[in-house]
Amino acid sequence: MTALKVALIGAPNSGKSSLFNTLTGSHQKVANYPGVTVEKRSGILTTESGHVVNLVDLPGIYSLHDRSLDEKVSREIITGVHPTEEQPDVLVCVINASNIRVHLRLVLELKTLGLPIVVALNMHDLATRDGIEIDVDRLSEELGLPVVTTIAVRKIGVKALTEFLNRDASAYAKPINIPTDTSTRALQKEAGRITKIVQMSEGGHHKMTRILDSVALHPVLGPLIFFIMLFFMFQAVFSWAEGPMDIVEGTFAALGEIVGDNLSDNWFRSFIQDGLIAGVGSVLVFLPQIIILFSFILVLEASGYMARAAFIMDKLMAKVGLNGRAFIPLLSSFACAIPGIMATRTIANHRDRITTIMIAPLMTCSARLPVYTLMIAAFIPNTTVMGYFGLQGVVFFTLYLAGIVSAVIVAAVMKKTITKGALQPFLMELPKYQLPRLKHVLLELWQRVRAFLRRAGTIILYAAIALWALTLYPNAPEDAPEADIYYSFAGMIGRALQHVFAPLGFNWEISIALVPGMAAREVAVSALGTVYSLQGDEDQVAESLATVLQSAWPLPTALAFLAWFIYAPQCLATLATARRETNSWGWTAFMAGYLFGLAYLIAFIVNVTATALMA
Amino acid sequence: MTRYLSDLKIGDKSTISGFDTSRVEDKEFAADLEERLLEIGFEEGLAVEVLHQGFIGGDPIAVKIGSMTVALRKMEAAAIIVEETS
Repeated sequence: MTALKVALIGAPNSGKSSLFNTLTGSHQKVANYPGVTVEKRSGILTTESGHVVNLVDLPGIYSLHDRSLDEKVSREIITGVHPTEEQPDVLVCVINASNIRVHLRLVLELKTLGLPIVVALNMHDLATRDGIEIDVDRLSEELGLPVVTTIAVRKIGVKALTEFLNRDASAYAKPINIPTDTSTRALQKEAGRITKIVQMSEGGHHKMTRILDSVALHPVLGPLIFFIMLFFMFQAVFSWAEGPMDIVEGTFAALGEIVGDNLSDNWFRSFIQDGLIAGVGSVLVFLPQIIILFSFILVLEASGYMARAAFIMDKLMAKVGLNGRAFIPLLSSFACAIPGIMATRTIANHRDRITTIMIAPLMTCSARLPVYTLMIAAFIPNTTVMGYFGLQGVVFFTLYLAGIVSAVIVAAVMKKTITKGALQPFLMELPKYQLPRLKHVLLELWQRVRAFLRRAGTIILYAAIALWALTLYPNAPEDAPEADIYYSFAGMIGRALQHVFAPLGFNWEISIALVPGMAAREVAVSALGTVYSLQGDEDQVAESLATVLQSAWPLPTALAFLAWFIYAPQCLATLATARRETNSWGWTAFMAGYLFGLAYLIAFIVNVTATALMA
Repeated sequence: MTRYLSDLKIGDKSTISGFDTSRVEDKEFAADLEERLLEIGFEEGLAVEVLHQGFIGGDPIAVKIGSMTVALRKMEAAAIIVEETS
């Protein structure tokens, strides 16, 4: 017997994803449908008698009008015209028992597509607790479809559904009494009629939700709570991650040393030590931040608070043409653009999501801090301006602000040009508050981590190994006057780039340091150390580097270098993540292109202006 | 005088009596707005109550329809005609 192919479909807040998690447990994977940003979740369910069921969790949608990619992909799969996905044998349409009037309309619309349907009347327990009573047999009769009740968060609560799916594909009947008038209004009317018949008591508003919202959406308390929570989250990503990140770095450094002590000094040792181990370390070092940020985001999402956060931020974000949901990904990008870009998945609209991903690298991430700190310590005098503010602090603030202002401008320009489209409605249901299920949060956390390691991680690793090779080969000649890196491929590329960078006031030392600096921004600091042949550990290099640079670089060069780092996407991990999340090399190239373009332009302007002012 | 959902204050209870998307300036946006409002659960004859307003300019708003709470921008609420519940 071939495995039954089942697709789960339902409106947002029907509890569909929760149901999917309970049905498949850890036997699931997340990918993208080819060529689009729509997330594909699929998994395997084995019934008690051992039948295998292939499950696909289709995106949460209200209808199948092809207005969004989600709707289009869902319709294509259900009707069997999708180029790569197989048509399912059976649809499980998940409806929330607390909101059947709205969700039944989708069931009626699905009937017109002809596939066998089973209706899962979900969160039946919660509805009963709120005083909503539904005549299940009558509902089944009115719809002409089998109806099973489910409690998505419990294994026992999905038993009726798994039993129903324990048969051969031919055992399911196609729907009968297909609606003839398929306009939204007609379907709505029919859904309303059925609701009136089967819903024996209407129940009240969810009491706890009402109480919590009176605080969470209070005009004064609401934003206050939101900002306190953000502050806490931001602190956590910044400071809690520091310890684990040090451990990851320390572990890989120690591993490298063990290899160094046990292998003879040749290219192979160097490859294992500086290429492979350092490369894997550079991937894993992002994990603490990703895990912490996503723990917060997944809990906020599962509890229902995320929709409230979007409500609070919507007015501000609307000013740059974005949705309230873009706020948290952008804020996260101040710690690191990688979890920030990954967090844009909560933005439903494709164009808004792309715009948010594109501007995320402009937020000043923590990897820029070593570069900023070095340059400011070396070139900005520790004096006060206007009698109160430290000049170094003012420069720091200006660098942050420049990133934010640029992001606002880029977003506004993008929304008027390449991501232009009809304004998206904010229209969104605020779900009832729920206690998140630890198991589901961990499950989804693991999927984000796995997705990062698999897709972004492999690209980062290859790039790290490639950069290792570039900076090492060919070897320097004996008694060479310059540092070894000068003679390597990276050195050759840097020296060639020197002519390109000359208008920015960059010398050949900077140009060379920027090549390994592509791996990550902070690498530029140690690369400068290498170019200027400094010895010692990271901190010692940074300290002596400040002294060396003071005498080696004119001030305009230093300022242009700072300006360069506000924009330049000197981070392969960000580009790799953007590639994975946009599912497009085109958008990735656009991101790299516009950021390098801006970096060059602004650094040029800074260099020319500063030179003129100092003359 | 016709009243719209966007005119209501917190605590005001009304009944939806129709839609008028021609009031929305952006015509491309207005084209399928009624459809979207219907899909999320706005419908003639249903009771609505404004529960919350955003902290800047009272926008967006959150309204109760049936047992659910829906958030929408004032611009979108301006297309929903309401009658005061007597």
